[in-house]
Amino acid sequence: MANVLVFTETNDGKVKPVTLEILGKLTGNTADVAVIGDLAADQVQILAQYGAANVHKLKGAGLEKYSPEGYSNALSSFIKSKNYDYVFAGATSTGKDLIPRLAAVFGAGCASDCTNFIFEGGAFAGTRPLFAGKCLAKVELTGPKPHFVTVRPNALGMPAAPTAGAGAAADVAADAGQIRAAIKEIIKAASTKVDLTEANIIVSGGRAMKNAENFKILNDLADVIGATVGASRAAVDSGFAPHAMQVGQTGKTVSPSLYIACGISGAIQHLAGMRTSKVIVAINTDPDAPIFTKADYGIVGDLFQVVPVLTEEFKKLLGK
Amino acid sequence: MDFAISPEQKEIQELALKFARNEMIPVAQEMDEHGTFPMDIFKKAWELGLCNTCIPVEYGGTGFTSLDGVIISEALAYGCMGMNTSFMANDLALLPIVIGGTDEQKKKFLTPFTQEFRIASFCLTEPGNGSDAGGLKTTLKDGGDHWILNGEKMWITNAGYAHLFVVYATVDVNLKHKGICAIVVDPKTAGIVLGKKEDKMGHRSSDTRSVRFNNVKVPKENMLGGVGEGWSIAMKTLDHSRPLVASSALGGAWRALDLSINYAKERVQFGVTISKHQAVQFMIAEMAMKVEASRLLVYKAAWMCDQHVKNTEVASYAKAFAADSCMQITTDAVQIYGGYGYSKEYPVEKLMRDAKLIQIYEGTSQIQRLVIAREVLK
Amino acid sequence: MNIFVCVKQVPDTETKVTPNADGSFIETSSIKWIMNPYDEFAVEQALLIKQANPAANVTVVRVGSVKDTEALRTAMAMGADDGILVEAGDNLDSFSIAKALKGAIDKSGKSADLVFAGKQAIDDDCLQVPQILAQMLNLPSVAVVVGFELTGSTVKAKREVEGGALEVYEVATPCVIACNKGLNTPRYASLPGIMKAKKKPLAQHSLADVGVSDADRRVKYSGFRLPPEKPAGKKFDATDAAKQRDVVAQVVGLLRTEAKII
Repeated sequence: MANVLVFTETNDGKVKPVTLEILGKLTGNTADVAVIGDLAADQVQILAQYGAANVHKLKGAGLEKYSPEGYSNALSSFIKSKNYDYVFAGATSTGKDLIPRLAAVFGAGCASDCTNFIFEGGAFAGTRPLFAGKCLAKVELTGPKPHFVTVRPNALGMPAAPTAGAGAAADVAADAGQIRAAIKEIIKAASTKVDLTEANIIVSGGRAMKNAENFKILNDLADVIGATVGASRAAVDSGFAPHAMQVGQTGKTVSPSLYIACGISGAIQHLAGMRTSKVIVAINTDPDAPIFTKADYGIVGDLFQVVPVLTEEFKKLLGK
Repeated sequence: MDFAISPEQKEIQELALKFARNEMIPVAQEMDEHGTFPMDIFKKAWELGLCNTCIPVEYGGTGFTSLDGVIISEALAYGCMGMNTSFMANDLALLPIVIGGTDEQKKKFLTPFTQEFRIASFCLTEPGNGSDAGGLKTTLKDGGDHWILNGEKMWITNAGYAHLFVVYATVDVNLKHKGICAIVVDPKTAGIVLGKKEDKMGHRSSDTRSVRFNNVKVPKENMLGGVGEGWSIAMKTLDHSRPLVASSALGGAWRALDLSINYAKERVQFGVTISKHQAVQFMIAEMAMKVEASRLLVYKAAWMCDQHVKNTEVASYAKAFAADSCMQITTDAVQIYGGYGYSKEYPVEKLMRDAKLIQIYEGTSQIQRLVIAREVLK
Repeated sequence: MNIFVCVKQVPDTETKVTPNADGSFIETSSIKWIMNPYDEFAVEQALLIKQANPAANVTVVRVGSVKDTEALRTAMAMGADDGILVEAGDNLDSFSIAKALKGAIDKSGKSADLVFAGKQAIDDDCLQVPQILAQMLNLPSVAVVVGFELTGSTVKAKREVEGGALEVYEVATPCVIACNKGLNTPRYASLPGIMKAKKKPLAQHSLADVGVSDADRRVKYSGFRLPPEKPAGKKFDATDAAKQRDVVAQVVGLLRTEAKII
């Protein structure tokens, strides 16, 4: 049984779902949660429901906004005061930036972006994709403790019947220390959609979209099912979509619950970025397009006809 | 004997291939469709040192060997045979100056091409004289302190954009080869009329036109070599340029091979990828053999140039074999792609159209065989 | 000004990855190696600074095998002044690589004003080295940078986070910057550049020279395997307009009843 700390982030005051996925998987170990800043009672209760023993709310000057140094200083002091074997976090933008630096403070190892893990005799053994998901490998940590792990959102899935924990919340006075790199401003993205890497549903368009304007039909579908819109490299290279939307080896690696590929042939480099999606729907005119070999549900047809019908059918199903 | 290219040549090749993949391939289809001259790409290639590889280092060139030149041209043709025709035409036009020019002429005509982006045209073929280039009718008359040029040239690559022409003309048609001269002409000179851009089957992004010379005055000092030395300069130019043109066929064939391999591994018929069907395997094996054989011939012909060994025969082997192979390989690529191959949505039909020209220009495949036969039977 | 750029050599993105016989890594014998694509943005950013400050010196540092030095040669042909190669295997973990990079920077005798790296290497996809290196060098860092401005000794860096939002950081040099696509357009190495690169100094060290040993390994990998192939999916023909609605309705129904997604 390991003594584990899970670092959680919040989004509009709500605990990010990946924290709950991790807590669910930690059943049988002692799991505390640390958050920077405040956390409402209902959120503490949710954490307790999923197994959190203690919820530590680290508060102090300089921690209002994320900074690699401030967060790392605050968390490292806190962790040093406890006796954790492992520190977990979601492989989010913040997690991926913060955790390696924090691990380095301890001279400790970090397993990035794990899609699954177990404890073998109290020791962490994870699975993580490498080479943009073209390979999987077992990952283990060695050297000084605590060991650090980041977990890919949506990979573990929500526990069906979580074991509750005590969920004792307490404030911890934290010191951000010296912050040399600080956020001066945050520029909001034009879209309010969830980022591709965190999206539960993705609708993606390929070269067959023909132009940027046609992405409207994908946006319409995405609005109905709460999806984020992505694009293949061919579509990005053709200027139909910005690189931030690119799914694939040189774009974003995603593993949503549902991936709808529209007019994407399925080049190796694209498949590498989305093959870990739980369910794949592909729409393509070419019945032999490689994307169909990966699709759970393939629809052979013209996306310009099929996608609007799909949008309507989803509307019906969801009662919208 | 060493068949490996040097680490340096490998790097040059990597750069040229990267350029082909990033800059040329993404726009090749569209430029082909609209017949757009690749001005920006040409300029970018020049900035990277991928053009005018024939200019010697003492005149500001990069000091590349002929072998370096064909390695670059092969890679650029991998990107687009049509665009590469425009790039190569510069070398073809500058080579007569490299071969037949005086030190002063080289400084005057070659060095500007290393200092700023410039385009050149080689003007040999005429409406009535293609393979029989020696029977050209364009005339040069002595006008005292200048030459007077009259006649018409046909199929002149880059003509609409050129800063410099090298024109072949005769002082007396009755002298046949012995009357032919090579002369540098400023395209802005009065009396030069350009034809409209030819609407071609392939190489559609390259600019091809007729050029008419009406009493065009050309300075005396622009003649390369003496009167009557033009034919020998032209023949020596071809010894250098044939491996280059052959390398373009090689690059196009290589691309067709790569595309065919990728497609065959993706396309599923009868429940397996078509790469598992022996009929397709045999076609691809044939392609691979011919690409490699073309490469060996092309590299050898260029290497002989660098060794200052007469390469007329091997250059013709390379030109005829690479061009004919490219035609066969691109045709088979269309076959492997099936219906998709015949569609402009896919890249192989363009390769097939582009391949055809290489069997025709710079000495047809039949002329190459005549040259070979003459050499081996002599 | 001393600028260090950390580069890694990775298999070409088109590479078909196959686990090796004992599953300890991938089969590397027939791999075409390229400079990690994100590192190209790092090299370019350093060269842009050098263009504006000709006195700046750009050193590229790489930890990896010697069988091919593509990444370093490319960076120097693009315009970097010199290179450092720390000889190592191709499957070191992030901690060892960061420690070796720090060792190489220390050993160069130059104090770093700016350290650039790609935001991640597309082989192990760890996204760790820039952050660990920053901590080891006791420097601030900004990662996933898509905008960079240097005024005097002040850096303004735009970091891309979830949903495409940007965090704008201000930080004084020295600092570590991990670059993302979109930051700039990497230049090509020109042919004259390739020739010049031959004559540029390339220091070579062993891991021991820079103070790294097997004891520095923190992450162990084993059991490399290909991801499981999914069982064949279901394919529906919607080419006939009359059948389209039925087919689509069927798929939507299956997403709820069979896949239990919607």
